[in-house]
Amino acid sequence: MITIKQLSKVFQTNSTEIQAVNALDLSIDKGEIFGVIGYSGAGKSTFVRLINRLEEPTSGQVTIDNQEITSLSKKDLRLSRQEIGMIFQHFNLLWSRTVRENIMFPLEIAGLSKQERLKRADELIGLVGLAGREDAYPSQLSGGQKQRVGIARALANNPKVLLCDEATSALDPETTDSILSLLVDINEKLGLTIILITHEMHVIQKICHRVAVMEDGSVVEKGNVMDVFSHPQQPVTKKFVEQVMGKPDDELADESILNQIDQGKLLRLHFVGETASQTTISQVAKKFDVDLNILHGNVKQTQSGAYGTLFVQITGDDKEIGEAISFITSTSVQVEVK
Amino acid sequence: MMSQLFPNVIWSDMVVAMIETFYMTLLALLGTFIFGIMLGLLLYLTSPGGVWQNKIINLIVATIVNVFRAIPFVILILLLFPFTDFLIGTLRGPNAALPALIIGSAPFYARLVEIGLREVDKGVIEAAKSMGAKTSTIIFKVLLKESTPALVSGLTVTAIALIGYTAVAGIIGAGGLGDYAYYYGFQRRSYDVVFMCTILIVIIVFIFQFIGDALTNKLDKR
Repeated sequence: MITIKQLSKVFQTNSTEIQAVNALDLSIDKGEIFGVIGYSGAGKSTFVRLINRLEEPTSGQVTIDNQEITSLSKKDLRLSRQEIGMIFQHFNLLWSRTVRENIMFPLEIAGLSKQERLKRADELIGLVGLAGREDAYPSQLSGGQKQRVGIARALANNPKVLLCDEATSALDPETTDSILSLLVDINEKLGLTIILITHEMHVIQKICHRVAVMEDGSVVEKGNVMDVFSHPQQPVTKKFVEQVMGKPDDELADESILNQIDQGKLLRLHFVGETASQTTISQVAKKFDVDLNILHGNVKQTQSGAYGTLFVQITGDDKEIGEAISFITSTSVQVEVK
Repeated sequence: MMSQLFPNVIWSDMVVAMIETFYMTLLALLGTFIFGIMLGLLLYLTSPGGVWQNKIINLIVATIVNVFRAIPFVILILLLFPFTDFLIGTLRGPNAALPALIIGSAPFYARLVEIGLREVDKGVIEAAKSMGAKTSTIIFKVLLKESTPALVSGLTVTAIALIGYTAVAGIIGAGGLGDYAYYYGFQRRSYDVVFMCTILIVIIVFIFQFIGDALTNKLDKR
């Protein structure tokens, strides 16, 4: 749905050239939540601004729904921007307008009648859960509520794409979660394509289907969130995965856990993807005459299922243990005997 | 009692002088507002990074603004005599003071407008652009709307400076309280008249300040 070809942006300062985005290629499918992660200065904010040409690209192409954004005239660009919603880190609401009037602003730009504007604004206020606050001014709202107004405003003209520029970075963890679930909700209800820029891996983990990792203006790694989590290739990706999963378990756990084991066996269960479910443990306990003792673990939920590892001590008859292990092997959970 | 304290004050003349001062201040304020907003917008929009970024126009406007702000008001009135004569057809009376009052205070207000516009969050302008807003929409619905409290408080400051200017203009025959204080008070050594004019001018200043502050507070939703 969105195709980005060889997109570049060079900032010219007095003495030097800064290559903010460097020959970037990307394709994003309809209806997916696509995450772009990188440290500050990686060029991700510039990248998202190139998509709706808030920054003019130096070279390259952006195509949305077969419309080449990069070749549009100023006038046509304004029209197509109405179909690209955008939300910001600092919300960027008009403080002189109430919640309702803020949401009506893009509708005024699109030239809707007052009646239609009011009707649409009320729908959106319901959608983002701000009913009862429509006449409040932004200064009277919490951060999370402000971002809800931002989201409602971005959705006003029924956009095809929603660009999120660090939309949760100014919010506390709890509010971040509620905004993220609102985004997932919108994505599912409206089938809206979302491009999300962040420097927080747990945002990617929680809601994205696919992710691209940016460093120095280039995409260094991309793929399904699950694949990137389970097999990070680049050092920068590994660092981001550690943000969420902690240090790799092998180093941390093996030695110390092995020392605690005086009977039975130590199993390392690796959960990847949709079919991975923790009922595996209880199934083993029911089917075989063994005892299971969970020693250490770290399992995270992503958009495409659970991901993580569990260290389990299994005790009992050797034969039963052997059968239990082959049962686990037959499920999608990967097992390793230590 | 009042006639004992102010033996030389003719109250009906005072009322006329006060109305003239109000008249000059309000009309000049209107002109100052219109030209000040235009100049201030031009300064802001043509500055580096602005929507109409243009070094040459910015330099020209900034120079005009600075030159007119640099000229002392008394001299500006004298300098504008031929222009006023051409425009109004007379050099005496409240109307004759208006061109000098507006030309004297519009550049001052323009700078305050520019400062107010700079205070508008760049992110909000970016958000409006991302919604497909035209430049005119950004100017009227974002820039001017969002900076309204600053524009009003700037106008209050300008109004008070203007009241001072009307008194100066009075010295060369524009009418109003300044005029009255000079010709009927100072020149006839009737200091009670000078004193009464002062009180009235201070009251007028307070009225403007009060209205301006109240309006700014009401408009400020931050």
